[in-house]
Amino acid sequence: MKNRSLVSINDYSKEEILRLLDVAAEFEENTVQPVLTDKVIASLFFEPSTRTRLSFETAINRLGARVIGFSDSSSSSTTKGETLKDTVIMVSNYADLIVMRHPLEGSARYASEQSSVPIVNAGDGANQHPTQTLLDLYSIKKTQGTLENLNIFMVGDLKYGRTVHSLLMAMTHFNPTFYFIAPDELRMPKEYRQLLEKMNIPYYEKTEMDNLNEADILYMTRVQKERFSDLMEYERVKNAYILQNSMLNNTRNNLRILHPLPRVNEIHTDVDANPKAYYFTQAENGVYVRMAIIAMILGIK
Amino acid sequence: MSTQKQLQVSAIENGTVIDHIPAGSLFAVISILGLDKIPNQITFGANLESGKLGKKAIIKVADKFFENDEINKISLVAPHAKLNIIRNYEVAEKKDVEVPDEIIGIVKCFNPKCITNNETVVTRFRVEDKKNIALKCRYCEKITTRQEILMING
Ligand SMILES: [Zn+2]
Repeated sequence: MKNRSLVSINDYSKEEILRLLDVAAEFEENTVQPVLTDKVIASLFFEPSTRTRLSFETAINRLGARVIGFSDSSSSSTTKGETLKDTVIMVSNYADLIVMRHPLEGSARYASEQSSVPIVNAGDGANQHPTQTLLDLYSIKKTQGTLENLNIFMVGDLKYGRTVHSLLMAMTHFNPTFYFIAPDELRMPKEYRQLLEKMNIPYYEKTEMDNLNEADILYMTRVQKERFSDLMEYERVKNAYILQNSMLNNTRNNLRILHPLPRVNEIHTDVDANPKAYYFTQAENGVYVRMAIIAMILGIK
Repeated sequence: MSTQKQLQVSAIENGTVIDHIPAGSLFAVISILGLDKIPNQITFGANLESGKLGKKAIIKVADKFFENDEINKISLVAPHAKLNIIRNYEVAEKKDVEVPDEIIGIVKCFNPKCITNNETVVTRFRVEDKKNIALKCRYCEKITTRQEILMING
């Protein structure tokens, strides 16, 4: 991982993922490890994402490094028409590593080819967001004690949700069983179903979120109105993918509910007090995972 | 005089004949191979009758022998093209085109939100399906299919 960009979750092997999760656990145990006091890290947010930016910048600060950058492109030179290429080349002369979020798909891969320092992709449009996937994996491992042989339930928008696609890809290393719960219009795309079939990984598809008692992980996503071509269909299904506390009655003790956040109404607030609700801790885990990613790329761990 | 002229058009002494180009792909092939930018003598026929393709096109390029890498680029628009390498008015060799593993340049990514359509980036695709043509963009990771292929400068 040393000196390598992280653009897509597929850039890391199973062994690299596991090693990274171990280092993240070390950082969680001892968050005061200013191992990067001589480093400057650029945080380039060409579109605003306060949640992701704060998580990264907290990680950078906890590592003792300095941050330079901008939090949306209106305050950057791109409004003056500078190309991504020129911005990245310029910044890579100043910083030891670049964290980048950009609205265009493929921008992170392209930036990694232009930059003389490693790029960490903090989201390139609808394409990849690998640090989210790694924090999802960390949360699963931490709550289940393992990543192997788990029943992963994915609920909601499985067609457009990049987080579920990346998580699915990463989990294929660990012999999972998937349960996809989505309206017909938003079912898991064929390319992912075919991939699972090719890898002999079992999956089940349902349109109803009724029987959750087999689940180890319940990964919730939001069903958005604008994703539907048929608004009648949206009205018909919109309440079917809202998790209520009463639905958790007969579920396993080890079940944990994850959500990439922000949530709107897909998890009722009555779930929040349930010890199986894990989404807020999941977000907190992002800091340790991002500390591990940055430290390992810069060759410290 | 007229037989002499006929010969000049239809036969070449040395060079390459590219046959079985779908009629609609003639200008795409010319563009991909950069035939509009070379000084060689080139003749082509369009909308010729062909049992297999309906209407086909044919291009003859004098004194030009293509490298495989170069000629394989046309496989995206003319997958069944046949090459006849002509030496001294005789067919010295016949070749089919093959779909390469990687396509660099030539094709636009179909995804309007891809960085390659918004900044000057040389496109790169891995060919995931050679038979039906599925091109995976190195950048946005989306698949461009045969129906969606648009040529750069095409
Ligand atoms: Zn693309």
